[in-house]
Amino acid sequence: MKQTDFLNTVLPFKDKVFRLAKRLLVSTDEAEDATQELYLKLWKNKNKLEDYKNIEAFAMTMTKNYCLDQLKAKRSNNLTLVHSNYKDNNISLQREIELKDSVSRVHELIETLPEKQKLIIQLRDVENYEFEEIGKILDLQPTAVRVALSRARKTIREQLIKQHNYGIS
Amino acid sequence: MELANIEKLIEKYDNAETSLKEEQVLKDYFLKSDVPVHLLEYKAYFNYFSESSTERFTKSIPLNSKKTNWKWLSIAASIALLVSVYFINDFGSISDEERLEAEKAYKETQMAFQLISQNLNKGNSVAIAGLQEFNKAQNKVFKTTKK
Repeated sequence: MKQTDFLNTVLPFKDKVFRLAKRLLVSTDEAEDATQELYLKLWKNKNKLEDYKNIEAFAMTMTKNYCLDQLKAKRSNNLTLVHSNYKDNNISLQREIELKDSVSRVHELIETLPEKQKLIIQLRDVENYEFEEIGKILDLQPTAVRVALSRARKTIREQLIKQHNYGIS
Repeated sequence: MELANIEKLIEKYDNAETSLKEEQVLKDYFLKSDVPVHLLEYKAYFNYFSESSTERFTKSIPLNSKKTNWKWLSIAASIALLVSVYFINDFGSISDEERLEAEKAYKETQMAFQLISQNLNKGNSVAIAGLQEFNKAQNKVFKTTKK
């Protein structure tokens, strides 16, 4: 596989790799580093790539594994700050500000989900993959993907409604 | 799309039973401004997904190619070696013509030096003869003053 062939097959999903990495690693810098690292890995294994039927799914799996490894390494080194008991008690906020704010709040809520659900939400609702593809990427049964996705969506919705009601009352 | 329909879709969506097409319908619906109050939290939710799917990776992707560099380096080194060997051999050997010419030049310079030294000797003897004349005259003077 030559460099141009390689770039043509592999570059179209670089944004997806980056977004998935960012979803898991949170920081943009780390996600960029991870993307570069992953593409270097793909480039080194370029001769084996032709054997895979779905290179994109393979790359997404690689991204998932790489980021989870990174997180594991980081967690063993650092203490984490968790602020799940944080409550916004300022009820005098205007409704409009509330709405603008709630987009970034969705981001925070997704961050609190377990990693599997985070991955599935990212792959389904942002990248629009079919359940079968997500199953292949994450090595899960499509039904398991469905269940986890439903759970994630319901959790986010409930949290949103809760916060929404705080704002009104 | 009717509100009842949207509500049905949302229920299906929460159970993860919607197809990608139906999800796109929901996303399009909530991107519009007029959303009933009881569905407002979904607006933020779907807007977030539309927003985050536009994020792009802007950095360059480095693919290092060290292997080819080494290959070219070795080729360049071997060429340099060949060229230097060729030139060293060339300096070591002098052709016969050049040697004859050099000998001729050597003889000519020798002759020129000989000519110079002969003339110098001539000049020397003249000067010495002059000195002897001067000595004779001096002796005469000193003899006369002694007496």
